Amino acid sequence: MQISITVNGVDQTHDVEPRTLLVQFLREASGLTGTKIGCDTSSCGACTVLFDGESVKSCTMFAAQADGGSVTTIEGLAPSSDEMHAVQQAFHEEHGLQCGFCTAGMVMAAAGLLAENPDPTEREVRLGLEGNLCRCTGYHNIVQAVLSAAKKLQGAR
Amino acid sequence: MIPAAFEYVRADSADAAIAALAEHGDDAKLLAGGMSLIPLMKLRLATPTVLVDLGRVTDLSYVRDGGDHVAIGALTRHRDLETSDLLAAACPALRGVAAEVGDNQVRHRGTLGGSVAHGDPASDLPAVLLALDATLVARGPGGTRSIAAADFFHGFLETALAPDELLTEIQVPKAAGGWNYQKFNRRAQDWAIVGALAVRNGSTRVALVNMGATPVRARAVEEALAAGASAADAAAVAAEGTEAPADLNGSSEYREHLARVLVRRALEAAGL
Repeated sequence: MQISITVNGVDQTHDVEPRTLLVQFLREASGLTGTKIGCDTSSCGACTVLFDGESVKSCTMFAAQADGGSVTTIEGLAPSSDEMHAVQQAFHEEHGLQCGFCTAGMVMAAAGLLAENPDPTEREVRLGLEGNLCRCTGYHNIVQAVLSAAKKLQGAR
Repeated sequence: MIPAAFEYVRADSADAAIAALAEHGDDAKLLAGGMSLIPLMKLRLATPTVLVDLGRVTDLSYVRDGGDHVAIGALTRHRDLETSDLLAAACPALRGVAAEVGDNQVRHRGTLGGSVAHGDPASDLPAVLLALDATLVARGPGGTRSIAAADFFHGFLETALAPDELLTEIQVPKAAGGWNYQKFNRRAQDWAIVGALAVRNGSTRVALVNMGATPVRARAVEEALAAGASAADAAAVAAEGTEAPADLNGSSEYREHLARVLVRRALEAAGL
């Protein structure tokens, strides 16, 4: 079946099987491999993208469900090629990553969280990221990065 | 993991979904948010040959004041429950428990009707529907019928819904009193190993998650409280009448212990 999804502002129309998962549509049909497949069981959150502005796990959604909608992946978060998104910048400054495998999903989940709750407490950040696992257990700096990004985005407002 | 191949049907209305079920029979399965069904399909524990996607049936997504109850469309997402001002005033327990389901990403997709129709005894929200004696409305080729929450859950992943019926609305009696939900799990986002809900709405109602093949009311606790027992004494009988499962997360005895402890905590936190 033919599926059209606006990914990072660009129309991606591909002929795929109905059973194609959104993460496969992004990685294989659209060639956007920034989104990772981790556990593949909707536990780890490495595949998190924004669907119509809200965080979702792209391994647990069929591409057909996203047909006609809008998806933002890690490749589309930064405002330009030489400027990082505030969440990406904060992960860099606060060392919010170790091996980096969970990072794309963490950043997208954090961006989604801050869109819903621009001024979260530390506890709200931890709860807001409960769907994302860091196998390096590097949570402390990730939480610091999200709080730092929240402050910067608040200041910019 | 890739699900088995299926034919995809997108329903644009409740009637279209019911017609698709009538056409394809037992081979068809309804897809709401997919948070329970898609993982099962990926593991090939569920292999429907026709998948009827309800994602575009937007007229079944609402939270409305129904007078003595709150009427909730079956396709209302957990996210919409946990941010509902109406529920905050009229049924804070439902709003609060919705916020305990899965994680943000799951709550952005998962729906109340999908969770209930799936019939998993480890789900959080059925406890609220049982405790408050909610009514579930189903529509099929023969028309609409109402099912009491107490009669809805038949067994593990089994409900009163017929294969050709669509759950359309959940009516939850208003209950603005104290409540508390204790969910015990090992990872933040996991299913409850055991959950205990206490709601004060005139009498005190207690419901248990993952203490049998279906969500259950802790009737013995409710009767003890009605007879004047303290929270601690009432909680001591929390496992009576349950058939707690045993699995990797714990034995039946461990779950019975958890039920007693969690019910006491829930009762105390609800102000008893």
